[in-house]
Amino acid sequence: MATTDKHPNYMAIFWWLAVLTVIELGVIFLPTGKVTIGVLLCGLAVAKAALVAMYFMHLRFETRTLGLIAMTPLTIATLLVLLLLPDGFAVDHRTQATAPAASVQSK
Amino acid sequence: MDHTVTMTAHVEPARVEPAETPLTPTSWGKLGMWIFLAGDAVGFGVLLAAYGAARATSADWPDPYQRLGINLTAAMTFLLICSSVTMVKALEWLGRGDRARCRRFLLFTALGGAIFVSLQAYEWTHLVHSGLHINGNPWGAALFGTSFFIVTGFHGLHVSAGVIYLLSMIRYVGNRPEPAASYNAVEITGLYWHFVDLVWIMVFTFMYLI
Repeated sequence: MATTDKHPNYMAIFWWLAVLTVIELGVIFLPTGKVTIGVLLCGLAVAKAALVAMYFMHLRFETRTLGLIAMTPLTIATLLVLLLLPDGFAVDHRTQATAPAASVQSK
Repeated sequence: MDHTVTMTAHVEPARVEPAETPLTPTSWGKLGMWIFLAGDAVGFGVLLAAYGAARATSADWPDPYQRLGINLTAAMTFLLICSSVTMVKALEWLGRGDRARCRRFLLFTALGGAIFVSLQAYEWTHLVHSGLHINGNPWGAALFGTSFFIVTGFHGLHVSAGVIYLLSMIRYVGNRPEPAASYNAVEITGLYWHFVDLVWIMVFTFMYLI
C-alpha cells in the first residue's frame, strides 16, 4: 500500500545535495587543468542526480522495472555522446592538418 | 469468499486507480509518469549532447562561467533543492493523514518554482541587455546564445508547467476528504517535480560550470 512506503531521511539527502553543490562551486576555482575540473564536475553532477533519483524519487525502493525505465535515457545519452565524440576529434585533426599548410601558403 | 473481499477492501482503501500490475506494485499512473519522464530525459539529453557537440567543434566558444555568472544560478539551484525537500515533506505529511500540512508544503513547493522562474526571467533580461541573444553575442560563437536560451528555456517551461501542476494538486488534495485517495497522485506529481530538479543539476553543471 502506498501510505506504508519507506521514507528515507530527507533532510540528510538535502544536506548532501547542498554540500555537493558547494563543492561544485569550489571545484571550478581549483588550480588544475580544465579536463580534470570537467571530470570532477561531471562526477559531482552524477552523484547529485543519483541522490535525487534514488531517494527523492524513491527509485531505491521501487521495482526493477522502474529502474530499467530510468536507466534507458542514461544509456541513450551515453551512446549519443560516444557517437558525437569522433566529430570533436575530427575537428582537432583538421585544425592540426590545415594549420601548417596555411602557414606554408602564406610564405 | 466474503472474507477475501473484506480483506482486500481493508488493505486497499479508496485509491484513485487499481494497482498491482506485473510491472509496478504501486500504480499504472506511476509507471506512466516514469515512461513520460524517460522520454523527456532523452529530449534533455539530446539538447545537452548537441550543446556539447557544438561547443567541442567551435574555436571561439565563450567561457560560460565568465559570461553567464554563477552567483544567481547557484542560488536558483539551492532553491530547487529546497523545493524538492518541501515536495517530499508534502507526501510524508499526506502519508500521515495530515492533508492541511500536505497542501501547505505543496504551496511552498509551487512558490519555490515560481521564484525560480522569476529569477530566470531576471537573469535572461540581464543577459539580453549585456548582448546575449538567441542568434548571436559579442563574445564569440553565435550558437552559445542559441543553445543557452533553448536549453534553459525548455527547462523553465518545465518548471512553469510544474507550478501549474502543483497548484492543481493543492485543489485535488483539498477536494478529497480521505488522504489515501490523493496519495498516489501527489507521489506522481513529486516524480515530475524531482525530475525538474534533477535536470537542472545537469543543466547547471554543463551550461554554467564547465
